[in-house]
Formats: sequence, structure tokens, C-alpha cells
Amino acid sequence: MTGEDDKTGQDKRYVRPYGDATGDGMVQLSFTLPIPHGPRADGAAQQLANKMGMDPALVVHSHPIGKDFSFYVVYGSVSHIVDLDAVRVVEREYPLLTPAEINATVKKSLRRKLVVVGGCIGTDAHTVGIDAILNIKGFAGEKGLEYYRELRVVNLGAQVGVPDLVKRARAEKADAVLVSQVVTQRDAHVQNTQEMSAAFREAMGEARPMLVVGGPRFDPLMADELGVDRVFGRGTTPGEVASYLVHAISTRTVTKPTTRVTTKKTRSSTTKAGAAR
Amino acid sequence: MSRLDLDPAVVATARALAARAAEPVIALATAHTTVAVERATLRLAGITGADSAHRAGDVPWVNRVVDTVREHCGLEHGAALPVFHALREHDLGSLTELAEATAAGQIHYTLPTGAARARAAKAARGAIGKGLRAVDRSRAQRAKLVARLGDPPRRPWIYLIVATGDIDEDVVQAANAARAGADVIAVIRSTGQSLLDYVPEGATHIGFAGTYATQENFRIMRAALDEVSAELGRYVRLTNYASGLCMPEIAVLGGLQRLDMMLNDSMYGILFRDINPIRTFVDQRFSRQVHARAGIIINTGEDNYLTTDDAVDAAHTVTVSQLLNERFAHEAGLPDELLGLGHAFEINPDVPDSFRLELAHALLARELFPDAPLKWMPPTKHMTGNVFRGYLLDGLFNLAGVLTGQSILLVGMMTEAVVTPWLSDRDLALDNVRYILNAAGNLSEDFHPAKDGFIVKRGNQVLGEAVDLLERIVSGGLLNAIAGGTFGLMKRPPEGGKGADGVVVKADDYLNPAAEMLETGATA
Repeated sequence: MTGEDDKTGQDKRYVRPYGDATGDGMVQLSFTLPIPHGPRADGAAQQLANKMGMDPALVVHSHPIGKDFSFYVVYGSVSHIVDLDAVRVVEREYPLLTPAEINATVKKSLRRKLVVVGGCIGTDAHTVGIDAILNIKGFAGEKGLEYYRELRVVNLGAQVGVPDLVKRARAEKADAVLVSQVVTQRDAHVQNTQEMSAAFREAMGEARPMLVVGGPRFDPLMADELGVDRVFGRGTTPGEVASYLVHAISTRTVTKPTTRVTTKKTRSSTTKAGAAR
Repeated sequence: MSRLDLDPAVVATARALAARAAEPVIALATAHTTVAVERATLRLAGITGADSAHRAGDVPWVNRVVDTVREHCGLEHGAALPVFHALREHDLGSLTELAEATAAGQIHYTLPTGAARARAAKAARGAIGKGLRAVDRSRAQRAKLVARLGDPPRRPWIYLIVATGDIDEDVVQAANAARAGADVIAVIRSTGQSLLDYVPEGATHIGFAGTYATQENFRIMRAALDEVSAELGRYVRLTNYASGLCMPEIAVLGGLQRLDMMLNDSMYGILFRDINPIRTFVDQRFSRQVHARAGIIINTGEDNYLTTDDAVDAAHTVTVSQLLNERFAHEAGLPDELLGLGHAFEINPDVPDSFRLELAHALLARELFPDAPLKWMPPTKHMTGNVFRGYLLDGLFNLAGVLTGQSILLVGMMTEAVVTPWLSDRDLALDNVRYILNAAGNLSEDFHPAKDGFIVKRGNQVLGEAVDLLERIVSGGLLNAIAGGTFGLMKRPPEGGKGADGVVVKADDYLNPAAEMLETGATA
């Protein structure tokens, strides 16, 4: 391990942003302030940049947005130094694959289509979650599982009874069962899910399909408590679910996260790609 | 003069094939009714509000009534006769009272015969006529406001989306967007509303990546935009979505609350929401008849094919869908000036000559549909989160729009696929549009692709492929083409999909005064 003086190697430990000279720390920043445009507002932008560690900070551009807002572009040098040794990245236990890679993996490992049965259980009529994951329209600019050539998707929709879900999963020879719960009261989502996993254990034992639940109220750490293989929380995209499914199927071991999985999300919901426009 | 040098004979063939492909589907649409069509009819007749005492939460009265009618005497005769017969039999003052009595289990619906039938039909026609005249008044009001305040000073009209989930927040954003230059405001719906088999009630403040379409939300937003229109001295239009399982009802609510544009695609729900094909075609026909009556510009969703399929290889499926949408729309009474046929700038920017290909495709749509207010939609598939590159891509999208004379320009956001647009994203996006319009707005008159050049060849090639595909669709049937995955790669069999159980074959004595009055244009 070489020290902070190493300017050339990949194994440098301390880094600063790079503008056009090593160590200059230059960054660019843009933001909006909820105040009218003017010298005072420019000063406010500069102060913000200073407080963020940019010194000197140069407000290179500003303009009004309507009467009450103003927009800023700031360039400046940040005083912060990153210690690469202190960077901790919690990796997802499975790689994020593209639809083509997912199809290829299924083809190679199963030599048939991977069957996914999905639905909302209990009284929840909100299929928002399961549809975002299954419908081709998808979510956050990603296509739903129906889009994947090597996945066969059976979407049972809302208010599916647990016995029906088990029956259908068995009839379709499901590899995975996906259940979403969006609207819930007094932890109904937890009870419903436990009821479901118990029913699958009882009916099918070890031969049960993978059980995956999702919804904004679920904590991804609850898989064991719920008796399922995987829990997905708010903002999960179809690609993450599909990647998990092929990972779990192709490794043939049911993977459970041991630590909180911080799915490295770089994207949140989007306006147009996520819905008709 | 045709800039793509399209052969008029080929264009005529394409239209004739589209008409033939549509014919059996139109026959299917006229032979069936759906729960949504019947509910829309009762909404025109004046039923509003919801049963808030129901254990499943607010259930609209129209749903309670139509479900009960169906249980008691089926929907094959239409809901109008049993409903207006019951109204008289039970001597109730209003349809709302009837709905309440229905919920209390006090009404047994029967199909009237003889004189009772004639009386019920007359009463239904009277009530529905009143609803249609309200739609007519909205249309007249729009014409008056446009005459007084004026249309946008140039084409394309600038179309911006708001999507906060809270109608009150939407109002603030919409007003700001209009002041910043938007000519059309679209309030995007909550994810998954298209799959609800009822229309939610009242003003709503929580949505998933969008705001619920409700009659009250429509009213609130239109009123807010009327205020801004007066302030700005130009009529700002409002868009919402007549798609999904409640197409006909939302069309009625849009007509009543003076929406100006509505998303309404002939196949979108089938392909992208897995809604039953027959349900969709029946609902679509009725909803388009309502739009025609209301003077609402429909927006079709061909952009979606390009986000699922390859934008170059599947370019002709867009053309085919546009031709089908045109045919279905004409049949439902919509004139060219209300056909906002869609297409999009979705070719992978890494493909060589991608911009020339975009120009060819956009020009093809323009030349095929010279009188339609085409809706030109920005890149989404190849927006990566690199906002700098995205801003450039949107600039080229804007340039392609003005060069090829597009009519409605949906403003692209550099933060597409990153966040729902921020105030500054919209501001920068509008600045991009303004710059291109100002710098190159009239470049269209100088833009004449070389005869036999790349663009002309490509345009003709896509049209040729569209004709080939239409021929296959005609010989195999449109429903089979949809079942086989022709559009957007989705396979949707006619018996599958959501909402199939809401489709009913009409009996010989089916009666729906709304459908009749929409066909004939009658006002009473």
C-alpha cells in the first residue's frame, strides 16, 4: 500500500475531485433557491456552496425561474478528501443483469422458461406493486417481467385467496411466487404473508416455489420472520426482481441477505417512462 | 408537396388495408357492451358520488347500480331500461336516491316491457340528453375561451407533464409551468389507475407517481388553468388519460369538466396493461364517440412500442398502429383535427445516422397525416442519467420536431429516468425548446430531403413495411396479430386479460340512449 503521495497508481488512498489539475478539488453544482433572483440571492448561493465545503466558490451563472425562484450554477474547489480505505460498499448478493443476460441465464440453467406466478393476497385491491413488477409497462423506466422472453408470467391480480394461490402455483409449476401488499392496516401485510408462507410449506414442503414478497411497508430484513425467501421494499424495480430470481434459481440455493441490503439505487421513479404520457 | 415523395397509391392502399383490418373489430365493438360503457351511460344520466359506507371503501354509485342490475337482470339489454324503470316503480326523486336504495338492498331490477319499456326509454333519453348537453356546453365554452384568449402563437404546442400525486400541489406546478410557456398541461395518473374498475371520487392528495383522475380533480385543475389562461392571455389546455378499464367513464368526466385532450389509444391497454382486447375495443369506441362529441383531441400511444421494441426495426409498427388508430377514430366520429397520433424519438443515439432515421420516421407520420395534430414524444429509453448528454438529446429531439412540422411537443426532461422533474429541470427544458424554436422554428420551409436520398428512401421503406404488415394483419385478423405479439412484442389473446368478465354480448333489444345519441348527434 502506497501512501497519499502516490499520484499515478491505482492504489492511491486519498483522493480529491479532479478539474484540470491533480488535487484541485474542483466540482460543479447546480440548484434552485426559493427566493427572487438578484445580488442577495447570488450571495446566498455562494454561502450555501461555502457551507458545503466549496472554497473558493464561484457562482458562474444564475437566472430567475418565475418571480419566486432562482437557479444557480456554481464551480469551486472542495476541501474534502476521500479516504478510499474508509469506503464501505454493501454489495447486493446478486448481480444486476440486463434483460438479455437474464434470458440467457434462464435458458442456460433451466433449459425452459422460468415460471412466475404473482398476485395481491388478502383484501388488498391495490395491484400497483405487482403490476409495476409484472406488467410489460414496468416501473422507473424498466420493463416488467412479462417483457422477458424466458420468463412465463401468470398475474392473478388482486384479492387472491391463499389456497387459490397455492393451487395455481402448483398447477403452473411455478418456480417463484411473487406477492405484493401495498395498502395494509395493523400489520395485516405481515399476517397475510406469514399465512401464505405457512400454506406453501404445508402443501408443498421443500418442493415449494421461491416466495418473494414486496411492498412499501415491508422491511427487507424480515424474510425469516415472514417465512419467505426474499423481501423487496419501496422503489424496487423489475430488473432487480428478475436479477434476483435468476440468481436464486441458477445457484439453486435460496439466498438470504444477512445484512441490510442497500440496493445501490441510482434511479428513482420517473415521470414519463413509468407511465403513459 | 410531399417531401418524402410518397406514392399516393401506396398511401391509399395502406388506408384501405387499415380499414379492412379494423372492420371485424368494429363489428365486435358494436355487438358488445361492457360494465364501463353502462356506467358511463349512467354518469351521463347524472349519477355522481360514491357509497362511502361500503366496507371496501368508497364505491362509486354507478358501480353499485350497474353491478346490481347485472345481478338481477343481466346487462345484455343495457342498464338504462332497468334503472329508469326502477326509478319510476319506486317513485324515487333522483338517481342518487335510487343508488342509495340499491345499496340498501331495496331495489329489485327488472326489464320493463310494453308501455313501461317505452316510458323508461323516454325517461333515460331525457336524463342522458341533459348530460350530453352539458358536454356540448363545455365544448362551446372552450370555443368561446379560445376565441377570446387565443391559441398558442405557434406550432408545436408545448406539452408539459405534472405529477405530484396531490392535486393541490399539481395546481401550483401547472400554473408555474403555464407561466413558463407550457401550452398544454398533462396531469399524469397514479400508477395502476388504469387497472381499477372504478373511477375514484373527490379531490385526492396521495398517488403513486401521479395523481388519480377523478371528476373533482379534473374540475379543480381546469378551474386553475382557466385562471392562468386569463392571466396569460392564451388558452392553456388540459390533458388526462382515458385509458384502462374505465375509458368510457373517464371520457364522460373529461367531457363534462372540459378537458381538452385525452390519451386514448386503441391498443395500449391491451398490450401494456394486459386488459382484455374485446373490452378495450368496446370501451374505446364509446369513449371516442364521447371525445368526438366533446371536441377533445385524443393522444395515441405509439411511443410505447418503441420503448419495448427496437425503434428502427419496429418503426413500421408505429405507422400501422397510427393507421389503425386513425381508422377507429374516424369510425367513432373523430375528425382529423382531433387525432393527436403519437410517435417518439427513441432510436438508440449510438446507431449511425440515428438523427436522419428519426427525421425520416417523423416526416413519414407528418406526410401520412397532414391534418392531424401529431404528438411528438421525447427520448426516454436512452436517457441514462447522464443529464448533460440527455440535454443534448432533447435538443436534437426538439430540432427534429420543428424540422418535420410536429404539432404537439412533449417536452423532454434531462432528468428522465433520474427523478420526477424538478422546477429547474422544467425551466431548463423549456429554455431548450425556446432556443430551438427561436433559432430554427421556420427551418421546416428550407428542409427538403434529397430526392432518392437516405431520408426519402427510409420513409418509403417504412411505409412499405407497414403495408406488408397490414396485409398480414388483414389476412390473419387483427385480434390474432395482437395475440401473436405483433405490437410492442406483447402477446395478448382475445379471451385473456383483465376486465374480460365485464364484457357482455348485446341482446336484440339492447337499449342505450347515450350510444344512439352519440351516433346521431341528437341533443334530446
